[in-house]
Amino acid sequence: MSAGFVLEFEKPIVELERKIAEMREFASDENVELSREIESLEQKLDRLADEIYSKLTRWEKVQLARHPRRPYSLDYINAFCKDFLEIHGDRGFADDKAVVCGFGKFNGQKVAVVGQQKARDTKGKLIRNFGMMHPEGYRKAMRVMRLAEKFNVPILIFIDTPGAYPGIDAEERGQAEAIARNIREMFRIKVPIIISIIGEGASGGALGIGVGDVILMLENSWYSVISPEGCAAILWRDQAKASEAAEALKLTAQDMLQLEVIDKIIPEPRGGAHRNPQGVYELLGKEIQAQLEHYGSLETGRLLEQRMQKFRRMGEVLQI
Amino acid sequence: MEWFKKAREGIISQKKKDIPEGLWTKCPKCSDIIYVRQLEENLSTCPNCEYHFRIKSSDYIRLILDEGELEEKDQGLISGDPLQFKDSKKYPDRIKTASKNTGLNDAVVSGIGKIDDKIISIAVMDFAFIGGSMGSVVGEKIARTIERAIQMRIPLVIISCTGGARMQEGILSLMQMAKTSALLARLDDLRLPYISVLTNPTTAGVMASYASLGDVIIAEPGALLGFAGQRVIKQTIRQDLPEGFQSSEFFQEHGFLDKIVHRRDLKKTISLFLEYFSNDVQGSA
Repeated sequence: MSAGFVLEFEKPIVELERKIAEMREFASDENVELSREIESLEQKLDRLADEIYSKLTRWEKVQLARHPRRPYSLDYINAFCKDFLEIHGDRGFADDKAVVCGFGKFNGQKVAVVGQQKARDTKGKLIRNFGMMHPEGYRKAMRVMRLAEKFNVPILIFIDTPGAYPGIDAEERGQAEAIARNIREMFRIKVPIIISIIGEGASGGALGIGVGDVILMLENSWYSVISPEGCAAILWRDQAKASEAAEALKLTAQDMLQLEVIDKIIPEPRGGAHRNPQGVYELLGKEIQAQLEHYGSLETGRLLEQRMQKFRRMGEVLQI
Repeated sequence: MEWFKKAREGIISQKKKDIPEGLWTKCPKCSDIIYVRQLEENLSTCPNCEYHFRIKSSDYIRLILDEGELEEKDQGLISGDPLQFKDSKKYPDRIKTASKNTGLNDAVVSGIGKIDDKIISIAVMDFAFIGGSMGSVVGEKIARTIERAIQMRIPLVIISCTGGARMQEGILSLMQMAKTSALLARLDDLRLPYISVLTNPTTAGVMASYASLGDVIIAEPGALLGFAGQRVIKQTIRQDLPEGFQSSEFFQEHGFLDKIVHRRDLKKTISLFLEYFSNDVQGSA
């Protein structure tokens, strides 16, 4: 299952890793001296991994961002927050389980948390709707943000969604309205909002909880106006052209930094966050702590003005 | 000269010179054969079933502004190519073709005008320019239109007609949703009215930002309105969509639209709302 899930470009590495493990086992079982052979294979592995991971295409990075072993929002919440108290429901229609909302203590400091949640097993995937929120999810998120504002608690947001749910019911309950309202209202929330893009950041589904004071992005995450498959289906009229669309869309963390849409890239261990989640929690945790200290010290008027100006600047226009 | 010309999903102008061929056209909804001049006199709506043919941004300006006059602003803003985007065609070539075909620099026209003597800041989108898609130029012009309303303390009117965000500018297009919504928060703080008018179609990224944020939202009948594209929804749920799904009427039925207004009543309706919302607003009559 997902524990054994291997991406195409990971295969040579996983293969070599298995070989090394076998050799170790053989050496210890049979009491044979193979340390030189093992060391040489490990060096080879090191070179191979360097080579493969240093030149991942954008499409390969999209696959890393979707890796089923990649840490999800709740993994971060559990790693970061003591005494996490989840809250449920939008007080209007239902509880959307594609988004987890609540309060916790981050290094002793009270925070509100909003995180889009995926799952690894089939049943969980259905419950979490693959991380695709309905309108009630956006409204639940706004509810916790209003509570955070009311009790003066900063907000941590974790983005990981393949998009807002495209379904009849979602349209009937105003998917567009829910997202639009969130985007506008997030500019008025009078506490710091720290955004972390930890996996997929697809379109309005991501932006609907994506307005904040600082936007951090894990190295192998993506953020885009449309998924590569969606773009390929429309512009190339062929979903199979997703790799070309991914290249054209320029959707990696490095691209986002260059386009001045995000503030900082959080490096991942070689091979992706799933290869050393602890290391990622530590790095992202440190960064969030620093951002909380910085934005927590800003006067509210200035905080909101800076948040507005940050997005006001985005885009590229020429004048004739 | 053709006697019959099939009406395509495109731009039907009120000016005869833009339809050089075909004296008659067929209504795509009721299949009635309409005399083109009669269609024009009827503001490009079907005299039989009231189907609203798509019209240009300049047509809306003539239709709703006093003397049809717009003091146009930011006309010189044009697109860059921040992603160096290329699919079957290079993005700058798409822009060039669209400009040539429409005489516009991008998918929105904006400025200052009057409705029944009330000064307003207005933007009108135009579907003929790359599907009315919103890239940096549209976002920036909408943002400036809102800023003018704020600076001059006048009401805001935006007429939308769009398929959503422009893919060729990638993430920067998405961010225009945030940029425009940020300024609408400020407009709202100042209690300045914003009338959002939806025409066929208004979907995706624009629907999920400024088009949904009007103090009141009005739409022409039969417009396609929604967040997700119908093809995407069908693929996701693997079933057929109900009749009338994502139409103006559907939208109103579900509580997301204040009013469905025939094109001929658009000006009157906007004007009346502006009158009701004119409290404390300087610059209005």
